[in-house]
Amino acid sequence: MSIIENHQTHGAPFSDSPKLTARNVGVYYGDKQAIFDVSLDIGANEVIALIGPSGCGKSTFLRCLNRMNDTIDICRVTGDIELDKENIYDPKMDVVPLRARVGMVFQKPNPFPKSIYDNIAYGPRIHGLAHSRVELDEIVEKSLQRAGLWSEVKDRLHAPGTGLSGGQQQRLCIARTIAVDPEVILMDEPCSALDPIATAKIEELIDELRENYTIAIVTHSMQQAARVSQRTAYFHLGQLIEVNPTDQVFTTPEHALTEAYITGRFG
Amino acid sequence: MNYSSLIIVLLILLGGGYLLGRNKARAIANQGMTLHSLPTHYGALVALWTGLPPLLLLIIWSLFEQQVVDHLLVAQLPQQIQAGSSADIQLAISKVHNLASGTGLSASPELQPAVKHLQALESRTSMLHTGLILALALLGLAVTWRRVQNTLRARSEVERMVRYMLFASSGIAVLTTLGILASVLYEAWMFFGKVSIIEFLFGTSWSPQIALRADQSGSSGSFGAVPLFVGTLLISMIAMFIAVPVGLMSAIYLSEYATSRIRSFAKPALEILAGIPTVVYGFFAALTVAPVIRGIGESWGLDVSSESALAAGLVMGIMIIPFVSSLSDDVINAVPQSLRDGSYGLGATRSETVRQVVIPAALPGIVGAVMLAVSRAIGETMIVAMAAGLAANLTFNPLDSVTTVTVQIVTLLVGDQEFDSPKTLAAFALGLVLFLVTLVLNFVALKIVQKYREQYD
Ligand SMILES: Nc1ncnc2c1ncn2[C@@H]1O[C@H](COP(=O)(O)OP(=O)(O)OP(=O)(O)O)[C@@H](O)[C@H]1O
Ligand SMILES: [Mg+2]
Repeated sequence: MSIIENHQTHGAPFSDSPKLTARNVGVYYGDKQAIFDVSLDIGANEVIALIGPSGCGKSTFLRCLNRMNDTIDICRVTGDIELDKENIYDPKMDVVPLRARVGMVFQKPNPFPKSIYDNIAYGPRIHGLAHSRVELDEIVEKSLQRAGLWSEVKDRLHAPGTGLSGGQQQRLCIARTIAVDPEVILMDEPCSALDPIATAKIEELIDELRENYTIAIVTHSMQQAARVSQRTAYFHLGQLIEVNPTDQVFTTPEHALTEAYITGRFG
Repeated sequence: MNYSSLIIVLLILLGGGYLLGRNKARAIANQGMTLHSLPTHYGALVALWTGLPPLLLLIIWSLFEQQVVDHLLVAQLPQQIQAGSSADIQLAISKVHNLASGTGLSASPELQPAVKHLQALESRTSMLHTGLILALALLGLAVTWRRVQNTLRARSEVERMVRYMLFASSGIAVLTTLGILASVLYEAWMFFGKVSIIEFLFGTSWSPQIALRADQSGSSGSFGAVPLFVGTLLISMIAMFIAVPVGLMSAIYLSEYATSRIRSFAKPALEILAGIPTVVYGFFAALTVAPVIRGIGESWGLDVSSESALAAGLVMGIMIIPFVSSLSDDVINAVPQSLRDGSYGLGATRSETVRQVVIPAALPGIVGAVMLAVSRAIGETMIVAMAAGLAANLTFNPLDSVTTVTVQIVTLLVGDQEFDSPKTLAAFALGLVLFLVTLVLNFVALKIVQKYREQYD
């Protein structure tokens, strides 16, 4: 019972050099369908913003991309999602390396109740990425530097990660994700719990990370989508309405629903 | 009037007071005046003033009646008894009471004046008592009913009285605890006057037999409590050895792995274990587990006594499992889902997440749960009394029979005892030790749990 019958996504949902490709994806929570027939490419080294009113399925779609939905008992995913032409829902696919390749940063900073060092070292340790203490130290330092946190915490690496400020915690979580050297980073409203200064830092960081990673970011802030992303995808009640280059979406939206949303008529 | 009819009359007055107060308030409201409070508040106020003062009087009266009456009786006793020791006076007084109520056995003519006096006194005080209480109730009703006016701040007055009542109730709870503590302390102090505290705490021989007659030989008793402490420690350790791993792992299974269907019947099933009376566990231990252990031990050529620390400890461990598992389950569930998501999002498996994120985050709470379980194990009596025996052996061998602090308290106090013999008083000293140990354990456990709560709230 999708809202728009026979809907075709407007704009350009496909990419010439796709990193992740989603085809005809549907998601069900029990009997309730949350995502309807979504097809979308996420290109290599691009930042794509997912926007839309609350409850339209942005988080749900994002969580399909690294099979985080597996952790929800009642959740079922249909359709195809490929990472570098490899079907991630193939029964032979192992989610452990998949989630190392497709990392995730959450809405609320969620550092583990461990030291800053151990927070970063957690991923490399479980994946056996470091063969010595020295290597591990290097990974920790490099990840913190990339996340722009090194200078702030280098003197207290063994203090608890929960003792940092909200913005620092979120950068710690980004550093933690980078530490396992992913190819794609999924971010679900990474700045919604942060003040404008901390937000600006993270946006700057996203811009730098784009050189090495593919990033999909869910956001409620249209300014943020405009500042950090190259393409924007607009979701509405579980359907993908329109995908276009970001400046085009915000200046000349193709679909009436997109226009209504960005001009603030709902959402 | 006897107590039950007095209380029924009081309740009727109370209900009447409520209705009268409420109706008067309604009548005032109907005249178009605005009331300060709701009519029900006025009713409650009248009812409270009708019921509370007589209740207080009733309590005070029953506390002091005995003393006053006895004091008056002493004057009526024959001279030679009055001159005697206080114990003799006590005896005479209780005889008088028995004679007056018709249950006395020996006719004692010299006590007759006192008996007559008591009977007269009792009929008079009973009337006085009933009269005073009813008068007080009616007075409270009338005065408060007259005070009912639109300006009377009935709501705040009722709130204040409710607060005092609640305060008094919690005061009673605290005072009772303090009273128990004081009495245990006092008796223990008496004990340490007879047996040195050093011998009690460090002596290794426990045989609390005291000579019944002064000339009886060789039974001055020895009160070295170390075998009891060791026995308690041994059994508690065996119990925790079972309960902690099993309880913790079942908690982890229930909170992290089980589907909601399994969870919905496994959790209540575990909690049923907690509802089994300990005496049932006790005979299960004594009649089923102990013989099995003995049989197995003998087939291996081991010397197992028919009552063993192992049997008691095992069964106690089973009893404590639900305690550990349901408390740990609560703290594990309190670990925010976002931490698990963070770990899964990095590619950790479920068991890695449990071991490295969930358990460390829940650890303070789990430690708290275990400490509470330990104090439960130390205080447990029935299972040990039935399955581990009464012999105060100083041993760490779980196949021997041992005894614990609580079991000895029971055996010391069962049967007829003199209240000032060291044997009886020893129970209070043991009780004091038990009290202090569990107090410290609970205190530490609560502190840990609190600290943990603050971390995530
Ligand atoms: N665990 C779940 N169980 C059942 N239904 C769910 C679950 N998670 C999400 N949903 C439903 O799926 C739909 C999409 O939810 P989703 O969280 O993806 O929305 P969203 O776009 O991320 O919203 P928001 O902007 O508020 O985060 C909603 O209708 C929601 O009620
Ligand atoms: Mg969301």
